[in-house]
Amino acid sequence: MSTVKKTLRSIPQDRTPLPEVAPEIRVRSFREVAEGYSRDQALHEANRCLGCSKPGCVTGCPVSINIPGFIRRIQEKNFREAYEILTRSTTLPAVCGRVCRQEDQCEGSCTVGRKLAPVAIGNLERWLGDLAIREGWHLERTGARTGRQVAVIGSGPAGLACAADMVRAGCEVTVFEALHEPGGVLKYGIPEFRLPNDVVDAEVENLKRLGVRFECDALIGRLLTIEELKKDMGFEAVFIGTGAGYPSFMGIPGESLNGVLSANEFLTRCNLMKACNFPCTDTPVHTGRRVAVIGAGNTAMDALRVAARLGAEKTYCLYRRSRSESPARLEELRHAEEEGVEFRWLTLPLEILNDGQGSVRGLSCVRTELGEPDASGRRKASTVPGTEHVIEVDMVIYALGTNANPIIGQTSSLKLDARGYIATNERLETSMPGVFAGGDIVTGAATVISAMGAGRRAAGAMKTLFGFRSN
Amino acid sequence: MHQIKKREDFSDITFSIEVEHPLLAKAAQPGQFVIVRTHQTGERIPLTIADYDREKGTITMVIQAVGKTTREMQAMCRPGAHLAGIAGPLGMPSHIGQARKVVCIGGGLGVAPTYPQLRAHKLNGAYVIGIVGFRSRNLVFWEDRFRAFTDEYLVCTDDGSAGIRGLVTDGLREVISRHPDIDEVIAIGPPVMMKFCSDVTRPFGIRTTVSLNPIMVDGTGMCGGCRVTVAGQMKLGCVDGPDFDGHQVDFDELINRLGRYKEDERLAMERWLRHRDHCRLVGQATGGAS
Repeated sequence: MSTVKKTLRSIPQDRTPLPEVAPEIRVRSFREVAEGYSRDQALHEANRCLGCSKPGCVTGCPVSINIPGFIRRIQEKNFREAYEILTRSTTLPAVCGRVCRQEDQCEGSCTVGRKLAPVAIGNLERWLGDLAIREGWHLERTGARTGRQVAVIGSGPAGLACAADMVRAGCEVTVFEALHEPGGVLKYGIPEFRLPNDVVDAEVENLKRLGVRFECDALIGRLLTIEELKKDMGFEAVFIGTGAGYPSFMGIPGESLNGVLSANEFLTRCNLMKACNFPCTDTPVHTGRRVAVIGAGNTAMDALRVAARLGAEKTYCLYRRSRSESPARLEELRHAEEEGVEFRWLTLPLEILNDGQGSVRGLSCVRTELGEPDASGRRKASTVPGTEHVIEVDMVIYALGTNANPIIGQTSSLKLDARGYIATNERLETSMPGVFAGGDIVTGAATVISAMGAGRRAAGAMKTLFGFRSN
Repeated sequence: MHQIKKREDFSDITFSIEVEHPLLAKAAQPGQFVIVRTHQTGERIPLTIADYDREKGTITMVIQAVGKTTREMQAMCRPGAHLAGIAGPLGMPSHIGQARKVVCIGGGLGVAPTYPQLRAHKLNGAYVIGIVGFRSRNLVFWEDRFRAFTDEYLVCTDDGSAGIRGLVTDGLREVISRHPDIDEVIAIGPPVMMKFCSDVTRPFGIRTTVSLNPIMVDGTGMCGGCRVTVAGQMKLGCVDGPDFDGHQVDFDELINRLGRYKEDERLAMERWLRHRDHCRLVGQATGGAS
């Protein structure tokens, strides 16, 4: 181990690239695209970290991971300790290492990144998370068992993060999941080539080992209400992390035709129900030969790339703004481009055309141009008259974002905001005492890590409620 | 895992299973449904709750073995066997209002789900007329249950072997001619039947509630596959329904959407039959040791 102070000149100048499966091979299977560092690559990349005394990366991280701390332990080959530092702040390192927007967060604030490519913090986090799974390392409790009962609703990133913090603090935690497997959007939404289900299962297993109970097939609001959880079931605190899963459509003619799906449906059929293996599995998906996905966020990229893997000959991405306004991560855009997706920027669908048999035959579109920024800060798209045209497709997938699911709002006295999301104060308390909410069900659709951050903040507020000393 | 406590066969394709699930039995309301998975690689199939017993902690579903999964259920769902998963109750409970005279119509798969609704109306003090439709006499089931909670009970069969000869719409017309004061008609069954029942009541302006059965995956408002058009608006069958105003539903669209996976369903069925026959042959070749 070197004791010499690192400088920008002394570290490896080039960022260690993450090995990727070649596009022409990966597009034929659901195998993970980014393969992860080897031990040597991880050590090499770790050596690029300067170990700043005022690290910008930590400030950039929504859950304030001690990044220089865990990277220093990797440099010292003290991997177990690195994992322990990492998991003080995140309980899902193998997940976050894969799906966080590091370029806008930790890596976006990396000192090295001012002159060179930033340290590949996400890749190192993933490497450590994967190593922990392989080695069977798991989380430990930080407090003695208290017997306090906590219910967590939803087993996506917000719920898992909250459950992890509360079980480690000594509480008895039960997670209620509406679907038949835990993981939420990590399971039904994000495809295996980006986040393998095995990784999600391993993180869930880790929580089970700590004593978290998972009740699947349990839709809260219908099977049990929030009030019943508190009054009849004896839960002293409840966290609602149900996400924003309600799909959006545009309201244009032809949306009811066969072959028009929400990205939620398309991805759930493939990722959770394994329609890619039909008829060995029972759920079909019936992918089109020519598929258009409307929207250009990460979910749109996922849908396009799944369609390609299911045998679509042509995949189009339609977005009314341009590439620079796309909300997708650059890496996702690049992967989609490499896999043959044809991007139709500045294109707005007007109508989905009927083949005469009740199915899709095409999409009538118009070109757009961008004007001044609108209220959201993005440039407003307006249509260009006379540029109407038809794109021939037999499947249309909507990836336009999602809204709040109405069930919990309808079946409880919780206060909602004007858009139907759960209203909370800054401590993530809802209008009902002892009931907290966080993640997409409070903020609207956002990211995995911000949901995790919310789950952890709610856990912090629960600990205060229970009178635990903070640690 | 939920144990099957009881099974009753009504015909060569129709049977009921009573399954243990105390929490669900406690929460279930008329009009709601469940999503069942038979095994780990199985699909999620929506089934209407045909009955629930809060004391015994069971729910009952009536199944018609017409597709791969339901045929498989017919083969495997014996008392003592387990279902891999049941999610529910799902959907909005039926509105059991102050209607004084109610007609409940059940046809085909819809006969059983009518039962909790007519029972609720009867217990609510309404005058309840039950109309059920079957192909012929030997398919009729639950006559005792229906009679116990109806003031009039009318069976319609295609061949006239029981009750009146004709469709449930014929029975409905006959009932409307005798009762000018019907507050509500509830029709549950194949989409075509619900469509024609709504057409019968429309000129009379009788409030008509139908229970829709669109294709869905999660049943929790997430996939949007079950969207239906009601009064020109997009609604989700699982969250906003399954009950809707029959006079406002776009049935033709629903029927079109229900045909989406016909080809896949046929493939799944053929594959299953091949497997089943293969297993039987292998069983015979090895002496069929049990």
